[in-house]
Amino acid sequence: MELFKLTIHELHEKLVSKEISAKELAQSVFSRIDDVEERVKSYITVTRDVALAKADEIDKKIAGGERIGPLAGIPTAIKDVMNTEGIRTTCGSKILDNYIPVYTSTAVKNLLEEGIVMTGKTNMDEFAMGSSTENSGFFVTHNPWDLERVPGGSSGGSASVVAADEAIFSLGSDTGGSIRQPAALCGIVGMKPTYGLVSRFGLIAFASSLDQIGPFTKDVTDCAIVLNHLIGHDINDSTSVKIDKPDYTKALVNDLNGIKIGVPKELMAEGIDSKIKAVIENSLKLLEANGAVVAETSLPNIEHSLSAYYIIAPAEASSNLARFDGVRYGYRVPDAVDLIDMYMRTRAEGFGDEVKRRIMLGTYALSAGYYDAYYGQAQKVRTLIIDDFNRAFTDYDVLVSPTTPTTAFKIGEKVDDPLKMYLSDICTIPVNLAGLPGISVPCGTVDGLPVGLQVIGKTLGEEMMLRVAYSFEQSFGWSEKPKL
Amino acid sequence: MEFESVIGLEIHVELDTESKMFCGCSTRFGEAPNTQTCPVCLGMPGSLPVPNKKAVEYVIRTGLAIFCDISLFSQFHRKNYFYPDMPKNYQISQYDIPLCIDGHVDLEMEDYATTIGVTRIHLEEDTGKLLHIGGAGRIAGADYSQVDFNRAGVPLMEIVSEPDIRTPEEAKAYAQKIRAILVSLGVSDCNMDQGSMRVDANISLRPVGREELGVKAELKNLNSFRSLQRGLAYEIERQTKALQNGEAIVQETRHWDETKNTTSTLRTKEYAHDYRYFPDPDLVPMEFDPEWIEGLRAELPELPDERKERYMSDFGLPAHDANLLVETKATGDFFEAAVALYGGDAKIMSNWILGDLTYYLNSENVEIDAGEVKPAHLVEMVELIDDGTISGKIAKELFSEMFKTGKMPKAIVEEKGMTQISGQDEIAKIVDDVIAQNPDAVQEFHDGKERAFGFLVGQAMRLTKGRGNPQLINRLLKERL
Ligand SMILES: [Zn+2]
Repeated sequence: MELFKLTIHELHEKLVSKEISAKELAQSVFSRIDDVEERVKSYITVTRDVALAKADEIDKKIAGGERIGPLAGIPTAIKDVMNTEGIRTTCGSKILDNYIPVYTSTAVKNLLEEGIVMTGKTNMDEFAMGSSTENSGFFVTHNPWDLERVPGGSSGGSASVVAADEAIFSLGSDTGGSIRQPAALCGIVGMKPTYGLVSRFGLIAFASSLDQIGPFTKDVTDCAIVLNHLIGHDINDSTSVKIDKPDYTKALVNDLNGIKIGVPKELMAEGIDSKIKAVIENSLKLLEANGAVVAETSLPNIEHSLSAYYIIAPAEASSNLARFDGVRYGYRVPDAVDLIDMYMRTRAEGFGDEVKRRIMLGTYALSAGYYDAYYGQAQKVRTLIIDDFNRAFTDYDVLVSPTTPTTAFKIGEKVDDPLKMYLSDICTIPVNLAGLPGISVPCGTVDGLPVGLQVIGKTLGEEMMLRVAYSFEQSFGWSEKPKL
Repeated sequence: MEFESVIGLEIHVELDTESKMFCGCSTRFGEAPNTQTCPVCLGMPGSLPVPNKKAVEYVIRTGLAIFCDISLFSQFHRKNYFYPDMPKNYQISQYDIPLCIDGHVDLEMEDYATTIGVTRIHLEEDTGKLLHIGGAGRIAGADYSQVDFNRAGVPLMEIVSEPDIRTPEEAKAYAQKIRAILVSLGVSDCNMDQGSMRVDANISLRPVGREELGVKAELKNLNSFRSLQRGLAYEIERQTKALQNGEAIVQETRHWDETKNTTSTLRTKEYAHDYRYFPDPDLVPMEFDPEWIEGLRAELPELPDERKERYMSDFGLPAHDANLLVETKATGDFFEAAVALYGGDAKIMSNWILGDLTYYLNSENVEIDAGEVKPAHLVEMVELIDDGTISGKIAKELFSEMFKTGKMPKAIVEEKGMTQISGQDEIAKIVDDVIAQNPDAVQEFHDGKERAFGFLVGQAMRLTKGRGNPQLINRLLKERL
């Protein structure tokens, strides 16, 4: 049996009933990696030995009659933006090529304690800056649906790894769409929780006020299961929220009777490919058929989202990335003549073009005399966008939109045009600016490439968001897989 | 033209918390390099700061003690600049909304009183320490440099004064007053040797009577109150000369060289950083309950000004004495312990503490609470004077011995035979000898020269090796001349 194709909830039953062992499962996934990884190139680091040892440990627990949680023994890939103690963590950058962390990020630790079997660290745009994974300091990841195309980004490796069945699920991080956009382009479920729901401790920061960790899964049920164990207050993260942990699987009700769904007209406007719009229109009909009340709404200020985002995110990044200086860890130019020379050449050689572009943008935006016109103004726009969402959520339980304006584009198609590349995140960025939860679920294909439907929830409204996504998934019945 | 100096001080103080500002590492001083560190204070990728509530409380207590307005809403900003002692290449500090604003400190100078405004008090994290190997210990030309991050992230409070200070003496008095207050509050040990208190001074000159400020220089490396005073005095002289010669003052940072007694350019304005301050997105803004702040106000300990008032009213001390006694908490504590043990006049205790004790402590560079002489020593010695066992003159000698050895006065007196000679016959014999041996001085005395009498007393004291009862010598000498 091709165990690697199954979901978390299917595999959990088989593990508990001892129909399969965790080791068999891990071996199945590694044999799949052996088959397809050369073509997809999802992983920067594969941790086969660590994984097999962990699988043995889980099998012993099962044999000993111990009760195991739903994630125990499940092969899981981690975006290389999260620290894993003793395991190389590069953040997709040459500057951290040789970096072995001394601690593990809270999110990964939470899952390791639940018994996940970590298969490896996935490829990404350097420092999570990008929408195609072409900005990786190491290599380009390919979309399993069409190897000539990008998987999206920045969590491209974590998306392709699940789409290609090289892991049962994975973790990514989402600053402006970096989970939802590649999930849409790879035909899987990807979710960004409310800002603060998942601890950022140990997540290598890109833009601290926007970054959030979330799962890539094969279905919405798996997403809810992972979320249950990912969240929780962390004393190491001052921005992490304190709430009673809900059981998100209880929210998975296939019924939308009376649920009010708003469709922001700005996210169905010119920038969106007409074929994608058609797929989304069909999805809306399906939601209505399921009992939901669907109506058009407006978020007038989100047209400024991209401009605000490309001030705020680079500004924070310019400061967050200052620590990569060759002094304490990571790459250091070997023949520096003095301190300034070491700083300048270490960073010139260690960082890629997109990272440098954003550091310069951000440095400029924060500079004396420009702060008010750029950073100050962008924060005001951010407040207006939050107000727009708040207003919409007085009338609607969730908002839906396409996740991306186009399907997966060709590798190399947009690398020379950053602005075109930035537009890939036009539907997802407003959600980060407002700190809201968002999920992308597969809702069809255009020319054989998957399309994602984005469901946006209220602040901490994950349960309603998951209910809508789950109901849609059940009625749509998506079962397509890439042919690899 | 006459010039007036305009001085403002920035005082950095390491707070005496158990753990660092944004992580759980210990703040202990003097540990092996880089042993008091963790991913947070090393600026490891992905680490996040969590604020130390105690440090915030310490700053607010300081603000309350110097009459500041406390911000009910405050936040941390990032101050961005590259330097190898800064793990993140930004310092978490405060910018437009510091914890405390608009306070003041009252100063009593020798013959006038003045008030120095405090603009703001804010909280930030300290940096690590650099050690340059080769190249005369400076980064330029060093073979290599080492970094110790033990200090990185220690809570640092910055107290910024208004440019209300007019003289180096006021600057010193202000800094000492701030230290006395902080030590009384228990928020810092303010140890300048270990760098837990550091003072930078901004100084400019302007013609007397003019309102607008001149071009300022910032003085660094003022590692003691003495160098603060001397550095400023030098700078006033330098700027005065320059202005009188029609030269322009350059806005710059200058380094005080304690051994050369001069200041020199460290960096000029064109190298000034653009710190690109922005609110730290890793930290949520702080909001305080006014009731909590009032609770802190109610719990403030006795502060130097209150203590001074009490010394004047309860012990009848003159303002001058009271001022000096409250300059450090330890001095006041010593004084009060001595007064409590001693039944007599508190002014006598004050005289000894501010006189001999301070003299010996200063010359040996010892803190009052670390010295060999304890309140019990002083009180026992004064009691020996009171009961006539020793003279005041012998007491001075005894004091020096006590300071060196820490032995109790009675033991020293016995050991060294320092008791006073008060026997009428013994003294009379000595007085007779002195008169016989110094006929010239006796003649001068009879000619009306008062000075000669003093000489003869001195001779008698010399013959008793200083142990003669001075009142008795005086009386007998007068009788016999
Ligand atoms: Zn630490």
